[in-house]
Amino acid sequence: MSKKVQAIYLWWHKSVIDQELLQSLPNLKVIANSGVGMDHLDLKLVASFGVKVANAPCDVSGSTADTEVALLLASARRLVEGYHVAISSGMEYCEADFLGVEVTGATLRINGMGSIGYKIALRAKAFEMNILYHNRTWRKEQEEQAVGATYCKKIDSLLQKANFVMVVVSLTPLTDELIGKREMELMKPAATLINISGGTIQNCPATALQTGVIRAAALEVTYPEPLPRLPSLLITLLKLENIIITPHLSIKTGKATYMITEEAAENILAALNGLPIPSEVLPS
Amino acid sequence: MWYHKPVINEDMLQSLPNLKIVASSGVGIDHLDLNLLSSYGVKASNTPFVVSTDTADLGMALMLASSRRLVEGYQMAVSCDTEYFPADWLGTEVSGATLGIVGMGTIGYKVAERAKGFEMKILYHNRNRRNKEEESAVGAIYCKKIDDLLQQSDFVLLSVNLTPETHKLIGKRELELMKPTATLINISRGLVVDQDALVEALQNKVIKAAALDVTYPEPLPRDHPLLKLKNVIITPHIGSATKKTRRLMMENMTESIQAGLTGLPIPNEVL
Repeated sequence: MSKKVQAIYLWWHKSVIDQELLQSLPNLKVIANSGVGMDHLDLKLVASFGVKVANAPCDVSGSTADTEVALLLASARRLVEGYHVAISSGMEYCEADFLGVEVTGATLRINGMGSIGYKIALRAKAFEMNILYHNRTWRKEQEEQAVGATYCKKIDSLLQKANFVMVVVSLTPLTDELIGKREMELMKPAATLINISGGTIQNCPATALQTGVIRAAALEVTYPEPLPRLPSLLITLLKLENIIITPHLSIKTGKATYMITEEAAENILAALNGLPIPSEVLPS
Repeated sequence: MWYHKPVINEDMLQSLPNLKIVASSGVGIDHLDLNLLSSYGVKASNTPFVVSTDTADLGMALMLASSRRLVEGYQMAVSCDTEYFPADWLGTEVSGATLGIVGMGTIGYKVAERAKGFEMKILYHNRNRRNKEEESAVGAIYCKKIDDLLQQSDFVLLSVNLTPETHKLIGKRELELMKPTATLINISRGLVVDQDALVEALQNKVIKAAALDVTYPEPLPRDHPLLKLKNVIITPHIGSATKKTRRLMMENMTESIQAGLTGLPIPNEVL
C-alpha cells in the first residue's frame, strides 16, 4: 500500500510528517497542505526526500476575518456566558449587573496587517472602532486611510491604549510567543486579547486572566489542537469564564473548505503530472 | 423602572397618589399602558438613543456566533470528551451573504452600517422607506413586501418596536417563506415572533437556526423546548448591557425624573 502513495493531502497537520513516514513512502511526490501556515512541516527534511510541498494560500481571509470579529464581539458582550445563564436550570432572572464592554468606538490594536488583518480592519471600521496596527511593513497611506488605521512602529507602543488586542500573524520563530506575560502586563486591565495565529504565540494566558491582568481572552488557535485534557489545564484554562476557546473556526465553512481543497487538488495534480506547482513552498 | 419591573397597573397607581413620573429603562415601552398612566396624570419617559449602538452590536454578535456555530464550537473545544475536531463540522459564511432587516429604525440602520463592513447584501422592510442617501450609504434595498425579504435572505434580523401591528409578525407563514438555510435573529421583543411556530420550524428544519436576545416570557420556563435546541442561541436580554450605556441610561432616566418632579419639560417623554 505504502508504495502506491504518491501524494498526501495534509488536513490540519495530520498525519505528522516525520523521517519515519517519509521513509515508508518511497514513491511520495508531493505533500499538499490545507491552508497557508507551514510551521508544522520540516521543509528541509521533506525536500531531502525529493518530495515537493505546496500550501493553499487561497483567499479565505474574509472567512477568517469574520471569525475574529465574531470572537471579539462574543468576548466583549460575554455571549457564551450569557447563553449559559439563559439556559441554566436555576435562572429566575438575569442579574442587572451582567455587563459587557462596548465595541462601537473602542480602540482595536491589530498585530499583523496582512490580508486577514486588513479585512478585520474593514469590519472594525464599520463598528466605528479606532484602529492601531503593527506590521513588519507600513501599509500604503491610501490603505491606512480607507480603514482609518494608525501605524505603531514598536510592538509595545500603544498596547496600553487598546481595548482589544488582536494577534493576526504567521507563526515563525520571530513571532513565536509574541504576546507573552510582559506584553499582557502592558495591556489595560479592561482589555481583551484575541489570538487567531499559531498557538505558541500565546503564552498560556490563564494566570493573566485569573488575576485580572487582562479582562478576557478569545483563542481561536491553540497549541496543540485540541488542548490536552490534562487535569491542570482542565482546572484552569478550560474552566475560566472570561475565556472563549474555539476549534479553529476560521476556515470551517463549506465555502472556505471547498476552496482550500480545490487548490490542494490542483497542486497535487500538477506535481503528479510533472508540471509547475501553482503554490509550491520551498525551504528557505 | 428597570427591566419592566415593577409592573404598573391600576392597583399600583391608586396606591401612589403623588406619583408624577415613570422613567423606563431602554427604548421599548410596550410594557407600559400609556393611556392608564395618563388617566392618573402620570408622565412616562424612556431612553431611546443611547441603547442603539450596543443593541446593533449585539445583533451582529448573534448573527456571527450563530453562523459560525461559536457556542457549539466552544463547548467542543473545552469538553472533557473531545479528542479531535471533526473535519466535516462546518458553519456558514457571513461575508457576502444576504441580510434582511425587518425594522429599519435607528437600531436597524446601525445594523446595516455594520453589515456593510462584511460586504453583505442588505434588504430591508420598514413602515416607511428610507431616503435615497440613507439607502445608498449602506447599500440597502427596500422590500415593500416582507415576503420578498424573507424569501431572499440568509439572515433575517428583527429590529421593530412591539406594537399591535408587529405582534406575531413572524409566524408559521413567514417562517415557511424563509430559506431552509436561513437564520432568524431577534433583538426586538419576544412577542414579535410566534414562539410556538418558531419551535416547530426549528425542529422540522424549516429554517436552519435562531439567535434570540429576547423571548416571551423572560426568562423562559426551564422546560421550554427553545432551551434545548442545538441550533438556537439565547442570550438574557443583554442588548444594552455594557457599562457605558447603562450609565448613560441611568443619567437619562435621572434627568427625566428631575424634570418631571420640578414640572419642567421632560427629555425623552413618551406620549
